[in-house]
Amino acid sequence: MPRMRKLIAGAVVLAALGAIVGWVLSAPRPLSQAEIATVSEGAEARGERMFWAGGCASCHAAPKAEGEARLQMSGGLELETPFGTFVAPNISSHETDGIGAWSPEDFANAMQRGISPDGAHYYPAFPYASYARMEPEHIADLYAFMKTLPAVEGKAPPHQVGFPFNIRRGLGMWKLLYLRDGPVVDLGADASEALRLGKYLVEGPGHCGECHTPRDMFGGTQYGAWLSGAPAATGPGTIPNITPGGDVGDWSEDEIAEYLNSGFTPDFDSAGGEMASVIKNLANLPAEDRAAIAAYLKQVPSLPDGHP
Amino acid sequence: MKYLAIAASVFLLGTAAASADAIEDRQAHMKERGAQMQVLVPIAQAKNPFDAAAVMDALKALEENAAKMDIEAFWPAGSEGGKSSPKIWEDMEGFKAANEKYEADVKAAVAANPQDLGSFQAVFGAMASNCGSCHEAYRL
Repeated sequence: MPRMRKLIAGAVVLAALGAIVGWVLSAPRPLSQAEIATVSEGAEARGERMFWAGGCASCHAAPKAEGEARLQMSGGLELETPFGTFVAPNISSHETDGIGAWSPEDFANAMQRGISPDGAHYYPAFPYASYARMEPEHIADLYAFMKTLPAVEGKAPPHQVGFPFNIRRGLGMWKLLYLRDGPVVDLGADASEALRLGKYLVEGPGHCGECHTPRDMFGGTQYGAWLSGAPAATGPGTIPNITPGGDVGDWSEDEIAEYLNSGFTPDFDSAGGEMASVIKNLANLPAEDRAAIAAYLKQVPSLPDGHP
Repeated sequence: MKYLAIAASVFLLGTAAASADAIEDRQAHMKERGAQMQVLVPIAQAKNPFDAAAVMDALKALEENAAKMDIEAFWPAGSEGGKSSPKIWEDMEGFKAANEKYEADVKAAVAANPQDLGSFQAVFGAMASNCGSCHEAYRL
């Protein structure tokens, strides 16, 4: 009997230790002051480029918004995924319903560490795992631009996520496993300016890999299958393989850039689904940015399809 | 009983074949549009010189194609698949409305009979925006 007691006591101690270690490991890890840039002269104007490159409107504008309405960040779009239904929040400049009261530090921690101003973890449906690769100056620029957007009243409904994914603290473990701010593809030291720009736009703000790369069972990006396509995370269908060996391998750089501008494929089909919305964002970028994305896509490792 | 089973399988085979046909038919119908867009888009983007006759031929071909669009025949119940989004069948009214808007915009473009690049771009922009908006909602 004393032996049994010892065993139980041991198990309790182990469980408590495990809980403490888990609690420590899953803690939010905010950016250091050195990793946060201050808002500088002209940030509003420069931030608009990051706004369109980052695709904010695709999830945070009201569903089906067109034209100027795509600048109203009311949220409300529902992303139905195997982990639950995520609802994009209001990120307009509204003081209480949106992010109007946020400091630049709050914004940077949300964008690059997936942490809310009150220290909770965000779900990675918000692609901070990609935004983590953005330059701090670009985050500050985007912060300034977001301030210029209209304040929209009304909070979006909460996420509908079941156990165990509804325990946000657990996302700390997800971040330990998957949140990396290092580059994905090594272009080598002699890569051109355009290639570097394309890499930055795709791997960072553009967050192309979030849909075009398959995920593992915990929703972590499988970097070894970078951009090779995936089953659609929301609903039926597949996301194409955009490596040189994939579904668009025979498109020229110009044809890729044109697709990202007008949505027309080389045989004049036109983009559908979520990509049609992505193109509405990318069409607002300078042409060099779209050309740079196309140049990078021609240089990434050629991979077999990551989608069924 | 045996006859019933045979009748059922013949019926099922029949519907399977019909839906495969519907997918092929609608894809062929949409590809006709692509062929005309291949003429119109580079002109609208000023990549190719403006040619009033070529533009008019292509617009008229699109008008004929739009008149032949038969939503019920191309997207019958049970023909889910290809790149069609399930939203088509969930929101058939919205899908039909999108098709009617496209057809009206094509007719307007033909009626405008554009004789220079500026007037062509004006009608073409409105017409071509239907491709993206309809595909965003109803195509995977």
